[in-house]
Amino acid sequence: MNLSYKEVKRDTAVQASKPFPKHRIEEWRGKAYVYVCILVLIVTIFSIVYFIAVRGLTPFVSGGVGVGEMLFGKVWDPDAEQPLYGALPFLYGSFATSLLAAAIAAPLGFCAAIFMTEMMPKLGRTVLQPAIELLAGIPSVVYGFVGLSVIVPFLRHTFPGQGIGIMAGSIVLSIMILPTVTTIATDALRSLPSGLKEGSYALGATRWQTISRIILPTTLPSLLTGIVLGIARAFGEALAVQMVIGNAPHIPDSLFESAATLTSIITLSMGNTTLGSAHNNALWSLALILLLMTFVFVFIVRLLERRAKR
Amino acid sequence: MKKSLLLLMTFVLALTLAACGNKGNNGANGAASPSESPSASGSASPSEEKLTGSILATGSTALQPLVEQVAQKFMADSKYSGITVQVQGGGSGTGLTQVSEGQADIGNSDIFAEEKFKDADAPKAKELVDHQVAVVAMAAVAHPKVGVDNLTKQQLVDIFTGKITNWKDVGGADQKIVIINRPSSSGTRKTFENYALGTKTEDLPGSIQQDSSGTVKKLVAETPGAIAYLALSYLDDTVQVLKYDGVEPTVENVTSGKYPVWAYEHMYTKGEPTPVVKAFLDYMMSEEIQNADVKELNFIPITSMQIARDANGNVTQK
Repeated sequence: MNLSYKEVKRDTAVQASKPFPKHRIEEWRGKAYVYVCILVLIVTIFSIVYFIAVRGLTPFVSGGVGVGEMLFGKVWDPDAEQPLYGALPFLYGSFATSLLAAAIAAPLGFCAAIFMTEMMPKLGRTVLQPAIELLAGIPSVVYGFVGLSVIVPFLRHTFPGQGIGIMAGSIVLSIMILPTVTTIATDALRSLPSGLKEGSYALGATRWQTISRIILPTTLPSLLTGIVLGIARAFGEALAVQMVIGNAPHIPDSLFESAATLTSIITLSMGNTTLGSAHNNALWSLALILLLMTFVFVFIVRLLERRAKR
Repeated sequence: MKKSLLLLMTFVLALTLAACGNKGNNGANGAASPSESPSASGSASPSEEKLTGSILATGSTALQPLVEQVAQKFMADSKYSGITVQVQGGGSGTGLTQVSEGQADIGNSDIFAEEKFKDADAPKAKELVDHQVAVVAMAAVAHPKVGVDNLTKQQLVDIFTGKITNWKDVGGADQKIVIINRPSSSGTRKTFENYALGTKTEDLPGSIQQDSSGTVKKLVAETPGAIAYLALSYLDDTVQVLKYDGVEPTVENVTSGKYPVWAYEHMYTKGEPTPVVKAFLDYMMSEEIQNADVKELNFIPITSMQIARDANGNVTQK
């Protein structure tokens, strides 16, 4: 109490002689720096959302397209005499590819995480983890090209159909989201209190029992967070999917038939249409749907995080 | 000292970004100010000998390699050393939009502006001046093992509208037909539909759509029963080139008017071009470019065409 009083007194004394003491300037500088950064961030985010919303809402407001027509219509033919804007095939394609990709990537990612934390931590940390993280750094066009040159011919020879399609897209995406799923799962497993594990071993549980009954249930919310983030990334990935999925605007009959996703149809047509035309605006609506889906994914992740903390 | 420098840099960056954000907002309101003049016009000096300024050409990715190569030569020429030419891709639609809004000086397009700007946008096409710089021809191609090397127009229409679904119906092997198409907005597809099929087609279930010629060629070469169409420059032994009504797709047949599946490559300007832009377009049309670079990149020189065609498809002898 006494000390702080003295300090305040000295402070005021210094202030009287010099209007801006050094620490005050530093304080102000730091504050300004942070505020400017935050301002830039907020302006950027709002500009993007505003821009996409204004363009994406045009078909509904002035283009005479119904929201239901776009969400549930099955025919996409914007260049016809009577243009039709049914985006259901793309929504179906996007959900099918990203969910299937998550279904493939999740077991792989979990097993890799368990291997790296529980079974061989040293080998995992020095070899496996850098190898998986390397996957995150490979450009998506490389994934697409590898998919087109390796996965598509393999599927064409192995299964009936053309090789391209939802299955090829899902396999490519599952490799792309593997680093996300694995890294988050590994972090969750590593941060688990060691007492839980040791208690389980002390009760005579085997390693497998410990992993399946203690570790996985405890870290489940974090593991799910990793999967949802993976799905979000798969949902937004454009180039690699576009190269292997075929892009026919129809709901396919099989996993090995040409299909399309929201992103693939946007990248395919955006450059070919003129800004402000009805077709172009409809593509912005698809972008708006993508944006809203991303919000939903973020929301789910927040919910999971709250559960994980409890 | 270092800290304040860092602070300053951040501030500058922040301001730049904020400016970008505002610009984005303006664009969204559709209130792009008309005073935004193309960069070339402002700095073009009136003197005849030495033109200075910069040109931004944007649009068609098919035409981009040619424009880039010519731009390099143009800038290396001592006569035009004061001019810088920047070439960007983005697609025909982007090129036409940007030249029409004054963001670019030249809009490269694979198709006539009248075909892109329709209905309410039709007046925009009227403001643009067309400069046809080259011709690109397309051929229908198929997987090498389909056993067919000629299709009539009617057979092509039946295949692309889904009436014929097996190669044996057109005299080939018993193999299901896989259509590899371009997206419905693509200039290449419009050319093929206009001049080879004569009708618009829908995207059929099971058909593949790809925008890049390289990918299309790869898929045709690998997918059994595939049919697609490619620019002449992409043809080689990995695909079966199909004759159209018995006419082989060759440069001679295109220039003489026997083979109809071809399109102009356009470079649009808004109104008459400024002296700087005109110098570049004249250079593009000169004999040394038309007979060398244009041929080298597998376009057909516009000067060798014996026929001409307008936006409505009417052909006239030159």
